[in-house]
Amino acid sequence: MERFLQQIVNGVSLGSIYALIALGYTMVYGIIKLINFAHGDVLMIGAFVSFAVTTFTRLGFIPALLISMVTCMCLGVIIERVAYKPLRNSSRIAVLITAIGVSLLLEYTLMYFVGAQTRSFRQGVLPATIYNIGGVRISVQQIIIILLSLVLMMLLQFIVRKTKQGKAMRAVSFDKEAAQLMGINVDRTISFTFLLGSALAGAAGVMVGIYYNSIDPLMGMMPGLKAFVAAVFGGIGNIPGAMVGGLSIGVIETLVAGYGASLYRDAAVFAILILVLILKPSGLMGKGGGSKV
Amino acid sequence: MASERKSIFSRGVGVLTVKNGIILVLLLAAFGIVQILRWLGWIYGPIDDALAWICIYVVLAVSLNLITGFTGQFSLGHAGFMAIGAYTAAIIVGRYQTFPSVLVGLAAGGILAMIVGILIGVPTLRLKGDYLAIATLGMAEIIRVIAMNLTITGGASGLFSNGHMVTWPMLFLVMVITVVVISNFIRSARGRACIAIREDEIAAESMGINSTKYKVMAFAIGAFFGGVGGALYSSYFYVTKPVTFSFMMSVNILVIVVFGGLGSISGSVISAVVISAITQYLISANALNVFGLFSIEFSRVNQIIYALLLVAIMLFRPKGLMGTMEIGDLFKRIGRRKERVQ
Repeated sequence: MERFLQQIVNGVSLGSIYALIALGYTMVYGIIKLINFAHGDVLMIGAFVSFAVTTFTRLGFIPALLISMVTCMCLGVIIERVAYKPLRNSSRIAVLITAIGVSLLLEYTLMYFVGAQTRSFRQGVLPATIYNIGGVRISVQQIIIILLSLVLMMLLQFIVRKTKQGKAMRAVSFDKEAAQLMGINVDRTISFTFLLGSALAGAAGVMVGIYYNSIDPLMGMMPGLKAFVAAVFGGIGNIPGAMVGGLSIGVIETLVAGYGASLYRDAAVFAILILVLILKPSGLMGKGGGSKV
Repeated sequence: MASERKSIFSRGVGVLTVKNGIILVLLLAAFGIVQILRWLGWIYGPIDDALAWICIYVVLAVSLNLITGFTGQFSLGHAGFMAIGAYTAAIIVGRYQTFPSVLVGLAAGGILAMIVGILIGVPTLRLKGDYLAIATLGMAEIIRVIAMNLTITGGASGLFSNGHMVTWPMLFLVMVITVVVISNFIRSARGRACIAIREDEIAAESMGINSTKYKVMAFAIGAFFGGVGGALYSSYFYVTKPVTFSFMMSVNILVIVVFGGLGSISGSVISAVVISAITQYLISANALNVFGLFSIEFSRVNQIIYALLLVAIMLFRPKGLMGTMEIGDLFKRIGRRKERVQ
């Protein structure tokens, strides 16, 4: 039972990272129907920025986190403006290939400058205390990851539900043409969506770096793919769905790894994805809409 | 059209048309030139490998084009089929190192990939667009993880066999057979049904086309030749590792297809030749000296160049080199332009 609880704790902290990344995927997909393959690499840039900030300056965790989030915001908006906006009216496969190209560009440009070796964060960025609650070990890092993602998700919910810009986002993702007719600036709303998603990816990048304590230019690929699986699992385009999906994928992955099949943890995630797609293609919380003729 | 007349290309009886004659002569010429260069000793190590990559990528790209370009089913898992074919052939050829066993390996690799393709295709082809892409991506990842953990596939270090079991004439022949089979399939009634599904699935169904049947059929044929491509790869390069069949391999194949034009066989062939020649050159050449001013180390920038090319091509020519046209259509267009001038 203790072992099970321990896996749940580990799973929830990994899952909240996935949830943060999945939110970026799901918002972008909801608004322009693009699987933004470069999202995982925005996350990687976020991790490297915070690594640079904590290593070369004496700034603490919170300033480093904020600087990465801001850098990623700018990066996300630039990528959208330069690479995706000119393709607004092309086929979806062309935009997807562009996204893959941007992803490779970020990975290998960074690799050109910093090399392919892995790096780890300076000791003492976060206290290494581990609490023992009834046999279940929980570290300060895990607590911070879980709390921080909770705060960020609530902030996002507030922006999407209560602000004018959030209302515009929901309108554009519901019906782009109608939103435009109502005087909503669609291009600006799309940029704003990338801004929000990339900021979350930046925060998630810092957390991935802390969680695995290693960063390298290709680190964004696997968490990116799994977070996309999480977004589909929860119902793509659906914000609460991405949160639920992220947590479930994190918990499932650590349970599979914790009970002896750690070599198959990635395969298990994708097998679940295929099962979900076959049984309920719209995802756990997605609305299944039949196609109209 | 009233003024339509039979062009010289389609004159002839049955298979023996002028057009097919021209194609045969061109193929023999291409094969002959490579053979002559080989006798002259101009083709060695890296160029030989580049030629092998060209044949393998043509097989893979044309088979993916059938699924994604002609039937409109977006697949990101072609590396999975390639892996199945590669491992099957590697295991068979590793046991019995004879020429017939290579043939058996190619066939078995293709058939096994086709069976997996049908098993995966039947449930997932109900999915539309991006969902199908993600499901196929997941399938390829699962295949790779399984290959990494089984003993028969040699785990993460993979399988090794000694020596090239497949040589250039064999690669060329398999490539030609693949292109002929797939382009004939597309011109058959079944192929037309596939194209109709790509254009509008609902309209095609209301015309009485069983869309699931034809989608699975295209998927199975594509998977078969994907497996054959993998078998060629493992028999030529004698190393079969799980790393080779990662997501990036599926992307490479898809990029060739999109660059050539979705729905253009000759586009896929041309772009497979161009892209594998460029990548092999970037890999083998160490550095390029730009007018003696500075030198670029290719080994460090080849991925960056590839990524930049990818984005640039999509920004400036999103429908690919050929769009949905074939080489033959280009000649027709030039002919029509001449007529108009006269």
